[in-house]
Amino acid sequence: MAPIWRLAGFYSHVTTSGRLSVEKHPDGIKIIISGSWEVGGSIPSSEEIVEKLSDDLRNRKVCFDAQDLIRWDSVLLTFLMKLINHCREKEIQVDYRGLPAGVQGMLHLAYAVPERAGARRDAELSGILAHIGMATLNVRKESLEFLSFIGEVSLSVGKLCTGRARFRSVDLALFLQECGAQALPIVTMISVLVGLILAFVGAHQLAVFGAQIYIADLVGIGMAREMGAMMTAIVMAGRTGAAYAAQLGTMQVNQEIDALKTMGFPPMEFLVLPRMLALILMMPLLCLYADFLGMFGGALVAIGLFDISFVEYLQETRKMVDVADFAVGIFKSGVFGVLVAIAGCMRGMQCGRSSSAVGFAATSAVVTGIVLIIVSDSVMTILTTQLGI
Amino acid sequence: MTTPHIAVSDLTMAYGAFVIQRDLNFTVNRGDIFIIMGGSGCGKSTLLRHLIGLQAPARGDVYYENKSFWQASDAEREQLMRRIGVLYQSGALWSSMTLAENIALPLGEYTDLSPREIGEIVSLKLALVGLAGFEDYYPSEISGGMQKRAGLARAMALDPEILFFDEPSAGLDPVSSKLLDDLIVHLRDSLGSTIVVVTHELASIFAIGNNSVFLDPETKTMIAAGDPKQLLAESDNPKVRQFLTRGAEEAGDMANSKQAAS
Repeated sequence: MAPIWRLAGFYSHVTTSGRLSVEKHPDGIKIIISGSWEVGGSIPSSEEIVEKLSDDLRNRKVCFDAQDLIRWDSVLLTFLMKLINHCREKEIQVDYRGLPAGVQGMLHLAYAVPERAGARRDAELSGILAHIGMATLNVRKESLEFLSFIGEVSLSVGKLCTGRARFRSVDLALFLQECGAQALPIVTMISVLVGLILAFVGAHQLAVFGAQIYIADLVGIGMAREMGAMMTAIVMAGRTGAAYAAQLGTMQVNQEIDALKTMGFPPMEFLVLPRMLALILMMPLLCLYADFLGMFGGALVAIGLFDISFVEYLQETRKMVDVADFAVGIFKSGVFGVLVAIAGCMRGMQCGRSSSAVGFAATSAVVTGIVLIIVSDSVMTILTTQLGI
Repeated sequence: MTTPHIAVSDLTMAYGAFVIQRDLNFTVNRGDIFIIMGGSGCGKSTLLRHLIGLQAPARGDVYYENKSFWQASDAEREQLMRRIGVLYQSGALWSSMTLAENIALPLGEYTDLSPREIGEIVSLKLALVGLAGFEDYYPSEISGGMQKRAGLARAMALDPEILFFDEPSAGLDPVSSKLLDDLIVHLRDSLGSTIVVVTHELASIFAIGNNSVFLDPETKTMIAAGDPKQLLAESDNPKVRQFLTRGAEEAGDMANSKQAAS
C-alpha cells in the first residue's frame, strides 16, 4: 500500500476537508456528506447539525447521501454516532442505507453489544476536599488491613509455637540462605562505608580539640547502637522485602495462592511464616556482622589519616562499647526483621491480579518497610535513652 | 438414577455493590459433566470461585450433598474442600517446586503414605496425563499445554469426587484441547467423578457436557439449564440459541421473527 502522504498528493486537487449539508426530504431530512472525513482534516462540528434535529422531527426520518464522500475513517464514525445517539434520544428514525457499506458495517459492530448497565464507572469526585476525604477513608481501610494481617500472622505464629504450623522446611532453608548468606556482600559494602562516613564526619570536629582518638568511641557506639541495625534493615527492606512482595504478588497473579487455599494449605503458614522466620533469624546476625565491619571502616580512617594505631583504636573501642550497646542494636534489628518481613509479605498478599500490581506491591513493600523501620527506631531510641539502657 | 451432588440455591454474587449474577438455582448430579457457559464477563469464573470456597456469596448458599458449604464452620468447609480438585485456567502450578513436588505436596499432607509410595502415585498421575518422565521439571520449563495437564495431575492427586476445570481449552491448540476433553470424559467414566467445567468452547460443550447452566450478563442471571445438545434442539431463548449456534441465528433476528409470527 502506498504511504499516506503520497495518496494525499495524488488527491491534492480535491478538497481535504469534510463537508456537510442538510436538505428537506419527504419523510424528514436528508444529510449529505461529502469530501474526505479523516483524522487531521477539518470537519464540521456535530453541535450544528444536532441543533437542526429539533423536536418536530419526532417519529420522522433522517437519511443520508454519501455519494460524494471520498475517504473516511474513525472521525466520520464518531460524528455519526453522536448524531445517531441524539436521534435515538429524540425518537427520530435513522435510515442507514445511504451510507457506504463499510460505514454501515462499523456502525452495526459498534451498536451490536449494548452498553452494560452499571458497567460505566461514575466520574470520580475531584477537588481538594474530596481528595482529603478519600485519603482519610483510605487510611482507615489500610489500618484495618494492616491490623487484620498482623492478627492472621499472630495466629499462625501461635500455631508455629504449638508445632501445628504447616510449611516446607526446604522453603525455610532456601529463604535463610537468600536473606542470610547471599546478603553478605551488600551488607559488607554498606556497613564498611557507613563506618567510614561516621569516622570522617566526626574526625574533623574532634581534630579541632586534638581528640582524634574518640573517633573509635563515635564509630563504635554509633554502629553498635544505631547504624548497624538500621543500615542492614534498610538494605534488607530494599532487597528481601521487595523480593517477598514480588514473589507473593506473582503467585497471586498466577492463581498459585488460590490453588494453595483450595488444597487446604493456609497461605499465611505456608508462604508467609517461612519468609518471616528466615528474616527474623538472620537480621540480628547480619546486624552483628555489620557492627564489626562498620568499626573496621572507622578504623581504616583513624589509622590511615589520623595517626592512631590499630591497638589504640581497639583499646578505645573496648573501653567505650559494652555488651549492652550491642544488645540494644541486636534487639532493634530483631524488631526491624519482623517489620520488614510483615511489610513485604503483606504487600505481596494484598497484590492485585495484574503485572502492574506486582510492581506496585514491590515498591510499596520497600516504602512501608522503611517507614516502619524509621518510626519504630525513633520510638526505641527514645525509650532506651529514657530508661538509661 | 441421578443423585444430586452439588446444589446451588438462590446464589447472588457481587463485588461490593456491583452484582455479577443473582438468583442462581441449579443442581449438579453425581457423574455429570456439568458445563457453566456464557459469554465473556458473565461471571462464569466468579461462580467457580464461589463453588470452590474462594469467594463468599452475597446471598444464598451452595450445598454439597445437602451439606451447606458457606454456613459450615471453617473446619467443616476445609473437610468438604478436601473432596474437590481444581484445574486453574493457567495451571497455577507452584512455580518454586518441581512437578513431582507439586503433586506430592497434598499427598504428603493428607495421607499417611511413605515417600516411596507417594513417588509411585506421583508417577502414576503424571503418566495418566501423558507426562511420564517429567517429574523433575519445573513448571517454567514445560509448555503451556503441559502445564495445564500437570495441573490436572495435581488436581487428581487426592482422587477427588468432584473435579473443577476453569477454561480447560483456553490457550490450547485444537488437538490438545480435544485430547483434554477425551481425558475429562475418561476420568468421569473410570473414576465416577462429578465434573464441572467452565468454558465457552462450543466444540467441548457439545462433545462432553451432559448438563449445563447458561449465565447471561445483561439480565444478570441464568437463562437456561440442562443438556447443551437438548438446549440447542429445543431452547427458544434467542440469546441461548445465538450462543450455541455461534451467532448463526442472530439474537435480534430471532426476536423479530417471533414477534412477527405472534
